[in-house]
Amino acid sequence: MAYRGDDGKDIVAVEAATFDVDRGEKFVIIGPSGCGKTTLLKAIAGFMQPSAGTITVDGRSLERPGPDRAVVFQDFDQLFPWRTVRDNIVYALRVAKHMGRREAGARADDVLALVDIARAADRYPHQLSGGMKQRAAIARAIALEPTILLMDEPFGALDAITRNQLQIELNRIWERTNVTLILVTHSIQEAIYLGHRVMVMSTFPARVREIVDTHEVDDPSSDRFAELTGHLRGLLVPAVAAGMTGGAGTE
Amino acid sequence: MMWARLPVSVRYTLLVIILIVVWQAYITFGHVQPLLFSSPLDVARAIITDTQSGILVTATTHTLGVLLIGIAFGATTGFALASFAVFSKIGHDILTVLSAILNPLPSIAILPLAMIWFGLRPESIVFVVALATVWPVAINTDTGFRTISTTTQMAARNLGLRGWRMVLDVLLPAALPSIISGLKAAWAFGWRTVVAAELVFGVAGSSGGLGWYINNARYFLQTANIFAGLVVISLLGIAVEALFAVLERRTVIKWGMKAAT
Repeated sequence: MAYRGDDGKDIVAVEAATFDVDRGEKFVIIGPSGCGKTTLLKAIAGFMQPSAGTITVDGRSLERPGPDRAVVFQDFDQLFPWRTVRDNIVYALRVAKHMGRREAGARADDVLALVDIARAADRYPHQLSGGMKQRAAIARAIALEPTILLMDEPFGALDAITRNQLQIELNRIWERTNVTLILVTHSIQEAIYLGHRVMVMSTFPARVREIVDTHEVDDPSSDRFAELTGHLRGLLVPAVAAGMTGGAGTE
Repeated sequence: MMWARLPVSVRYTLLVIILIVVWQAYITFGHVQPLLFSSPLDVARAIITDTQSGILVTATTHTLGVLLIGIAFGATTGFALASFAVFSKIGHDILTVLSAILNPLPSIAILPLAMIWFGLRPESIVFVVALATVWPVAINTDTGFRTISTTTQMAARNLGLRGWRMVLDVLLPAALPSIISGLKAAWAFGWRTVVAAELVFGVAGSSGGLGWYINNARYFLQTANIFAGLVVISLLGIAVEALFAVLERRTVIKWGMKAAT
């Protein structure tokens, strides 16, 4: 199924999953482990070619990976260990944006301040905590000024406290940059808190069960948040939810 | 108990001193024929004399020169083969087949052939040294490339990196721990090969490096000088090990890619 992209729309279609993401939107993909959500993200990034269907950004189809779709991975080894945090960003800008050393350096300092790791700029990745490494990876991705920022369970390997901090931080960064964000997670709380819309996938082979609007819902203590949590849980684990909520949220 | 608490440098130095004392005692009290086995003092004297006359220095620089040129050729070829192998199936097949056939072959066995091709000239030795070093570098580099994490590779592709830029900027540093292991093995093979080849050359009467120096001393029954040559070879080996240790400390250990030892 081919999809024609309209102006300002990032249209994605993969197998039974057809959806479009608006510019500047925070779009979250959630699904059970191994459902193919990471595969979907890799296809958008261009690391793999979909055998059927097309993915377009601003109406153009994708052929290979590129810095217009910067990716933040879950694994900590996404930073080059032989470069300092600052050099990782400077190098990325020089290669991907063909910047001069001075310009790249200035831009790197800007994003390091934005992501609040300026004090770790001259450290090597192995000297950083997990949370700091993810901040550095986000800084590198943001520095590239991508059309879309792709995040594959970026906080999945972090402890709960660091994870919460970085979720708040990511919202703050998004407010400053207004980048289009596509984030894959398996945390319902994270999905509702970060997302404008949450796309719920079924188990493999991946299908879209529902795309849930979670705009303006970011207070975890609110009733709406609890209601959406129940609804998403129902979509993700139909059998369990049937017993818990009387089948609400399934179709 | 006491021993383990001493600093490592002191422990090693003490062991070496004990070794030399035992050696000297064996010569002094064992009534050994000086023609068969030299004393440490005689060896030290021989080293000093031949260093002052320049013979030993010339021989050493000659050997090191031939060795470095050989390793440079071998390592470059090995690195190129591994790079080719990482990008194409046929490249990988070529590397597998060639290294399977040629790696088990002691490269010194190629020396007679090299002597027919290049004559009794340093080129022959450079050739066998290159042949001794190409496989350890190629195989280790290939392993290094293949064990780079997929996340690191995707992060590099995400920046739009491809081709030689990818090899030099990402694959090379990411595989550096393996590449350094390959170079260490290459050095060890090359070092043995160059000395062996020079010994053969020495027999053939051509002048040259440390192997020739040792063989020449044998010819004139200067046993102390034979030992002198061996001591120099051993000391150089230790020095190069130290150089590799410095290289690792400044790269892969500093970057957290290899644990400090």
